[in-house]
Amino acid sequence: MDLSLSTRTVGDRTVVEVGGEIDVYTAPKLREQLVELVNDGSYHLVVDMERVDFLDSTGLGVLVGGLKRVRAHEGSLRLVCNQERILKIFRITGLTKVFPIHTSVEEAVSATD
Amino acid sequence: MATVELRFSALPEHVRTARLVAAAVARRAGVDEAVLDEVRLAVGEACSRAVGLHESHDINSPVRVLLIEDEKKFSIEVGDGVNGDSGAHENGAAQGAAESDAEGEDEMGLAVISGLVDDVEVTAGKDGGMIRMTWPTTTAAVLPQGG
Repeated sequence: MDLSLSTRTVGDRTVVEVGGEIDVYTAPKLREQLVELVNDGSYHLVVDMERVDFLDSTGLGVLVGGLKRVRAHEGSLRLVCNQERILKIFRITGLTKVFPIHTSVEEAVSATD
Repeated sequence: MATVELRFSALPEHVRTARLVAAAVARRAGVDEAVLDEVRLAVGEACSRAVGLHESHDINSPVRVLLIEDEKKFSIEVGDGVNGDSGAHENGAAQGAAESDAEGEDEMGLAVISGLVDDVEVTAGKDGGMIRMTWPTTTAAVLPQGG
């Protein structure tokens, strides 16, 4: 399965819904999407990973890069994920301390700190 | 001899194929279903790293993956064609600062592998580098029933 990306605006947040596999081949597409959003002035991003089937370190790198970009504009990057196999990758790399991870888009969109 | 041997051009689009093949062979070898996700991720990380190394060193040879079924264990060896004497495997110093991003991803990939797999061996030599990962197999392996 390839990567699918769609974006929508909820209040002052931009929700990026990601589906499929984020790996060394597809991660550049996600990177482009995040860079484009930040360049267009969207600094508060919510990446919804509920439909992601696979995530590797290349994908983690892209998310960290996205976080770095939004932080340069005092923005935020929140993740939505309930899948244990995806959460495990964040845990073993220590990135659960770096990203706020929410259980629903609603929760992520209304989070303030 | 490897149970299954895979060679693929060092291109990102083929890493997924390697993941799928490795998971299929691991399942057949009797690796626990609960661990198959880890096998898939670990072999993907190792192959992504090898593809990156081939790209950064302009190496045209394929990445090779050996899937080896032994008694009570299943191993995957992912080999790249980068001469370990260049230092690329030790600390990436040979690459210089210009490729620090690629090296960072390389490090992250190794971090994920070592976090996932208990039995990992990373070696470097003149003929290239190699990551060997081993998982135990259950005794109730998926054996053919009556042929």
